This record gives sequence, structure tokens and C-alpha cells, in this order.
Amino acid sequence: MKTTAQETPRERSVYVELDDVWVAYDGKWILKSIILQCYDGEIFGIVGPNGGGKTTLLNVILGLVRPAKGSVKLFGQPPGKNSRLDIGYLPQISHADRLFPVTVLDVVMMGLYSKLGFFNRPDRKSREIAMNLLSRVNMADHAQRSFGILSGGQQQRVNIARALVSKPKLLILDEPSTGVDSVAQEDFYDLLAALRDEQGVSVIMVSHDIGMVTSHADRVACLNTQLHYHGEPDSCFIPGVQEKVYGKDMKIMVHDSKCVTCFHRHEDHD
Amino acid sequence: MIEIFRLEFMQNAFMAGTMLSLVLAVVSFFVVLRRLSFIGVGVAHSAFGGVALGALLGISPTLTAIGFAVAVANAIGYIGKQGKLSTDTAIGIFFSLSMALGVIFIGMSEQYNVDLFGYLFGNILAITRTDLVIIAVLGGLVLASVFMFFKELLFVAYDREVALVSGMPVAFLDHFFLTILALAVVISMKIIGIVLVSALLVIPGAAAAQITQRYVSMIAVAIVIALISTIGGLFISYYGDLASGATIVTLASAIFFITFAVSQIRK
Repeated sequence: MKTTAQETPRERSVYVELDDVWVAYDGKWILKSIILQCYDGEIFGIVGPNGGGKTTLLNVILGLVRPAKGSVKLFGQPPGKNSRLDIGYLPQISHADRLFPVTVLDVVMMGLYSKLGFFNRPDRKSREIAMNLLSRVNMADHAQRSFGILSGGQQQRVNIARALVSKPKLLILDEPSTGVDSVAQEDFYDLLAALRDEQGVSVIMVSHDIGMVTSHADRVACLNTQLHYHGEPDSCFIPGVQEKVYGKDMKIMVHDSKCVTCFHRHEDHD
Repeated sequence: MIEIFRLEFMQNAFMAGTMLSLVLAVVSFFVVLRRLSFIGVGVAHSAFGGVALGALLGISPTLTAIGFAVAVANAIGYIGKQGKLSTDTAIGIFFSLSMALGVIFIGMSEQYNVDLFGYLFGNILAITRTDLVIIAVLGGLVLASVFMFFKELLFVAYDREVALVSGMPVAFLDHFFLTILALAVVISMKIIGIVLVSALLVIPGAAAAQITQRYVSMIAVAIVIALISTIGGLFISYYGDLASGATIVTLASAIFFITFAVSQIRK
């Protein structure tokens, strides 16, 4: 099935454009015929099962994985070093060493390094910008603490501040709610919405947490090798779509329109 | 106590030791944080092939060692990136290849003008004024390069993936650092030795990491530890009539065990 984009909002610039993108690893197709457009000022959510290609799709957008077929455009150009300066990125798993001798403030300032350019050092202004971001994620009090001793949720908030500190046009978030408690998650999504509304920032986020994505994204796509649906969040739950994305053995529990759980049919769910 | 400073070869050794301490401490900071200890060992041993080639061709072993070490360091980095082999495997291959070539070159050369044992294990008597100039120029170059690209090297060491996505030229910085590492090895080989220098590419940073929580203090402490090891090691080797390189490395290791004990007690 070849998916097509929803009708395009008018007079908005296309930040990300994937046209018939195919990606294979070891002779197996991980992504097939992906067509995707993401516009300025929107939060675009991608849900799907683990192994469905979510992280690979983000890597294609970032230019870290080259598709076997199809074209990728970031801000109208093929992804490269320059277009990356306008991206804030939050990886799913941080590969950073927990014992690395840096403070919380140091970590956030790293988000500014590429924009500062070679030979320029972070100055007082960089510090102020970083501190502002730490305040927005409620971590300003921890600025001088060692990053490694923070809890997982606190580290995630700091990494989010790092992703935002360079004032990116596009934020790419891989499983942003991992290890973050629900109160902090709500704060985080409020922050995303504020950035979208105030600065026209676009967000592409992938998650296996359907409930979180559908309640906060402007558009949602469901990915399992192919992009199965594009559209308004609530319409993701039309019959048949979940089966394709999560498999026939999955049953979808819809407590209300914002709370959805998937589980195997043979499991009990009270 | 005064006589040690009157001897020209000891003056040279102290000056060389001080400069090398700065260079090796700063390089070891990144070696430890990037977990490149084994590359340090591989690159150091590759210098042996270069020294032997210099002996064979009758040209400065330092020059040929620079060529060899820089080429091997970058080849290891390149092969490690191609994905089919781990960096570890590439080091294993180049390590032994360079040593093997070294042995072949020695066999081919008819005369032994070069003190190969001195290059392998260090010989302070061998440090000339020319060596001091080479150490000052190349060591200065290493320190200046690290200073200029410090924030980039730090970011890549901390979080490669995010650094790459943010637009950092990660591949360039990797090869840049490997080249610096190779230069640091070559300028250290006469005084500390090819076999022993890899210890000083690791220990100052490793010991400092045990007792510091900030990168600035880690670098400062690594420099102090390297200085104590080198200067202290030279004193002990002079009065104890011991091999200089081995004494320096033994003293550095002792300091490492002390810092390790301190960090365990603090827990």
C-alpha cells in the first residue's frame, strides 16, 4: 500500500519531505514507500510497534541513514551539515557516559556548540540562554550538579533543554517520554505546544505510547514498515488501522479518546 | 641535590619531561573519556616500525616514526568506521604489522646506528637539544590544536550521536584527534619509550577521573599527576640508577592506585 499525504495546509513551508523512501538492512526492508511531509509549526507524531522502523525513519530525516530509494529533503535541501544546525535532537537512548565529568549546565551548553562555530567559546550570553532553557524545564536549581547523578527523568529534561537551546526550527524527538513521570510529561508537552505557538517550531516525535502522542500531536502517522495512516489524531483509531500496525493479536482499549492501550488478546486487562 | 641540575642531559630530560607531561596529560584526558586506551597502545607500537625504517634509510627516525604513527592511527580509525570490523580488531592487526615491519627493517639494515632499545624503553641520555626543539614545536602544536577545538572534541567525546546530528564534523574530529595522539606518542618515545608511553596516554586521565567531577579540574589534576610522575620518576631513576621510562610509568601507576583507593574510600 502506498500512502499519500493529507491535504496540505496552505502557505506553510515544508520542513521535511520524504518521497517514496525505502530502506533495507541486511536484505530486509525496514521502511517501504514512505511519503511524509512535515510543515512549520506543527507537532507530528509517529506511533508504531517496536521494530517498526520509527528510529530508522528519524535517522533518514536526519541524514544519518541513506535510503536505498527515494528522496529526502530537509528545509528544501538534502539533509546535511548545514540543515542540521536548525535541528534539535533528542535520542531515545543516550549513549553518553554517566560518569562523564560535566555539569547540567555544561550539557545544555553543548547544544550551542555547533552554532557558535569553530574557535568561538561559549560566553556569558550562552550561559544565560542555557540557564533560561533550564528554567523552562524546571532544572535551573540543578545547573551546577554533575549530570551523571541525576535521575533518568531529570536527565531527560536536561537533554530536552540541550535540544532546544540552539533555537531549532525543527525538533526531532525519539521516545521523549522514556523515564519521565506523567507530571513532567504534561509539562514537557505544554512546552512543545508553547514553542510551536510562539516560535513556529515544528516537532516530529516517535513513540510507542499512542495515548501520549495522540493527545498532543497535531497529526499522527502509524508506522510499521509502511506509514499506515496520516491525519488527525483521533482518526488514527479507525477500524483496521491498528490491526495493520500492531498485528491481529492486538486489541485496542480505548478508555476515552485520549487514553488508549494495546495488549495481546490472550492477556487479561481489567 | 644540585649536581642533578648541572648535568646537561638531566637538564634536557627535565625540560622534555615537563613539556611532555602537559601534552600527555591533555591527550590522556580525551583518551580516557573516549575509551581509546588500546588505540594508544597500538599507535605507540606502530612507531617502532617507523623508527626501524628511519634506521634502514639512514634518515631521522623521528620523522619516519611520525609518518608511521600518523598513518597507522588514521588507518585504525578508518577501518573501525567501515563497520565490518571493530576498531579493536583493526588495532590488533596494525599493532603486529608495524612491529613485524620494524623487525624486517632492522634485519635489512646493515648497521645498528640507532639505539633501538632506547626507543623501545626510553633513554634520557639520548635527549638532545634538537629533540627539545622537536618536542617544543610538536608538543606546542598538539596543545594549541586541542585548545582550539576543545569544545568540539569535548562534545564528540561526550555524546557522538547528538554531536553529529547537531552538525559537528565528527569524522574529521576523530581523525584529527588520532593524528594528535600519534604526534604525542612520537615526541614521547625517546624519553619514555614506545612500549611504555601508552601508560602515560591513560594513567594521568584515569587517575584524575577517580578524584574529580568536572572536566576542567580533571585536566588540571591530570597535568599535576603527569608532572609528578615524570619529574619524580626522573629524580628516582637518577639516584636509584633505574631506567627512566620504567620508573616514570611505575610512579604514575602508584599514583593511580592511590587515587583509586581514595575514590573507593569516598564512596
